Amino acid sequence: MDRRVSAAARTPFPANWTARVLWTALALYVLYACGILDVSWDRFVRGLDNGGRFLRRMFPPDLSAQKLDLLRVGMLESMQIAVLSTAAGIVLSLPLGLLAARNLMPGWVSWTARGAIALCRSFHPVITAILFVKAVGFGALAGVLALIVASMGFISKLFAEAIEEMSLRQVEAVRATGAGFFNVLVMGVFPQVIARFIGFCVYQLDSNLRNSTMVGIVGGGGIGATLFTAYQRFDYDFVLTILLAIIAVIMVAEVVSAQLRKAFQ
Amino acid sequence: MRRWRRFTPAQRIGRALTYVLAAVAVVWSLRTIEVIPEFLYDAPEQTADLFRRMWPIDWAFWGAMVAEALVETFHTATLGTIIALVLSVPVALLAARNVTPSATLNLLAKFILVSSRSVNSLIWALLFVAIFGPGALAGTLAIAFRSIGFVGKLLAEALEEMPRGPLEALVAAGAPRPSILLKGYWPQVEPSFWSVALFRWDINIRESAVLGLVGAGGIGVALDTALNNLYWDQVGLCLLVIFAVVVATEIATSAIRSRII
Amino acid sequence: MSAALAIRNLRKEYRAGVPVLRDVSLEVGGTGMTAIIGPSGTGKSTLIRCINRLVDPTAGEILFGGQDLARLKGRALRKARRRIGMVFQEYNLVERLSVIENLLCGRLGYVPVWRAWLRRFPPQDVARAFDLLDAVGLGDFATRRADALSGGQRQRVGIARAIMQDPELVLADEPTSSLDPKTSVEIMELLARLARERGIPVVVNIHNVELAKRFAERIVGMSLGAIVFDGAPSELRESDLLAIYGGEGWIDA
Repeated sequence: MDRRVSAAARTPFPANWTARVLWTALALYVLYACGILDVSWDRFVRGLDNGGRFLRRMFPPDLSAQKLDLLRVGMLESMQIAVLSTAAGIVLSLPLGLLAARNLMPGWVSWTARGAIALCRSFHPVITAILFVKAVGFGALAGVLALIVASMGFISKLFAEAIEEMSLRQVEAVRATGAGFFNVLVMGVFPQVIARFIGFCVYQLDSNLRNSTMVGIVGGGGIGATLFTAYQRFDYDFVLTILLAIIAVIMVAEVVSAQLRKAFQ
Repeated sequence: MRRWRRFTPAQRIGRALTYVLAAVAVVWSLRTIEVIPEFLYDAPEQTADLFRRMWPIDWAFWGAMVAEALVETFHTATLGTIIALVLSVPVALLAARNVTPSATLNLLAKFILVSSRSVNSLIWALLFVAIFGPGALAGTLAIAFRSIGFVGKLLAEALEEMPRGPLEALVAAGAPRPSILLKGYWPQVEPSFWSVALFRWDINIRESAVLGLVGAGGIGVALDTALNNLYWDQVGLCLLVIFAVVVATEIATSAIRSRII
Repeated sequence: MSAALAIRNLRKEYRAGVPVLRDVSLEVGGTGMTAIIGPSGTGKSTLIRCINRLVDPTAGEILFGGQDLARLKGRALRKARRRIGMVFQEYNLVERLSVIENLLCGRLGYVPVWRAWLRRFPPQDVARAFDLLDAVGLGDFATRRADALSGGQRQRVGIARAIMQDPELVLADEPTSSLDPKTSVEIMELLARLARERGIPVVVNIHNVELAKRFAERIVGMSLGAIVFDGAPSELRESDLLAIYGGEGWIDA
């Protein structure tokens, strides 16, 4: 076939109808959703005006001694919540993750464990915090328990997946030496997954620190409670102080956790 | 005799130190945390009471408030994610060292991203409710502003880790910077972009569900109403619905992931 | 015949006091293939990359088209680069784009950004792209994704992309080092032929002396950052090869 004749018929970019349809659908959706949510330009402009006023009320941040003291107490409590919930979460996630590993456990055990993990992950920590507040009362304990649940949902899941992805040969080799179940675990399973496990734990500590700043809004203790009180009293300059403190603490935590993860590779 | 050690002495000290610090932190936290014993003893009774009151579930609440609120939650999450995706692209471009050589701009962009991530979406919601009034607009913006940090960080990392060869070829051909971004960077980063977008959308559905607790619209408002009235059977319905939505979203995202990525 | 490219006293030091290129001077004529040979680390790649400023020289002049490329910046540099095509060892195609789009990327220096974005390239560019694709034997591969191609096929696309720029000079930085011997011959043959047909001079940086002798009209041998041989392939003798490849050490520590 003469290429010159067919050259005219050759298009460099054949029309990708799927992509076009999807992009159009997306654009239409955005317009539709904006309408439903009453996201109008008018409201937005009025809001910017409000926003300006709001920002002016926040500046400069309140740095008086008594407020800083409140801040200190609240931040410390948040950090305690984060540390405790991560520690307890790790301890509880080890067995839960092991139970959920399909290559180590019989079917009914692993499926029950996986169901439990899914349940832990489904609810936002705020919601579990509300439930724990009802169960154990206001204060840091409710926050700790809520974040333990969240930690278990995360760490156990990834831990189980890491176990499932590991090489069985190493386990078999240890088993072939006649080692009992526990020894197989320690010598065959753990060395392969421990590095990743520590990575998950560090990540979860970081995450719990973030979440500990807001469980207080529903009564779970920590700086969130301080923030919410200030907010409701229109103490916006103190709100800004608290926000800046949270940002600073989390920035430091991110750097530290990055270093930790590198150190434990 | 030559000994093999897995870690250098410096690393071993570092690791040992970390363990020690972790133990100290835990012990200190345990000692200083306030736990009111009476509440603790009461806990099993309270929990049992809680579950008793949740059953039977108040299905009527669905029609009254929950269904509509659910739709609002979905739109808040989706629209918020879309806004975040659009806004995070320029910030990610500024934060990536190979795209923007200026260290000052890098730092500024990274600061924006960290701040966005550090402030919880619930707290963003508080701020936006104060500015725009209660409702879904506040919720959408809260989701958007929180997600910029997440998406922006992962995008910036993907941009920095990109293979430089094809970019070098476009530079050598004399292509202008915008064209290099479009034809060199974008095609290579596109799979990561959609993966991160899907990932964040999944998380945002969960987050949107609770924003209503502070007045930012969605199913959280229904939950808040039920909690304030102490109608635990209605609370039970809300929780059930939230659970169902989370499961549905996970199924949807896994399906999309396996088909496209 | 005036030189298409004149390099004068080019010097490059990655670390102060450790020159990789020592006052290299070279003139490249209007047509034909010039092969630069030498062991790894003698600065062959650095020399090639200095020409289109992928590497910035420490001192010296690079005269091309009436301008000193070593002095150019910004838009002027961009415009000058358009006139120099480059072929890379690792092909450097944008893998997720189609073959034809990779070719058209060669025209990005000439095409406004909006056209590139909307993929509305000028029809004459598109027609040339298809013709070039046929010329390199990949006519049926136009809409295939670049990562679906083999190494040899990708290098053909790379060569076609360089030619798409309608350049006054083509540089090739070890174009065959990632290819098997048979494909290497095919690629060198393709490069030599296309360049000859269009009257474009080619400067190739290559390890394989046999390939260099077979396809190049002129051989430049480098050792320790300086040119130690410059002549026709027939003039290349054992002693010259020894001067280039043998001797004490490859790089000054």
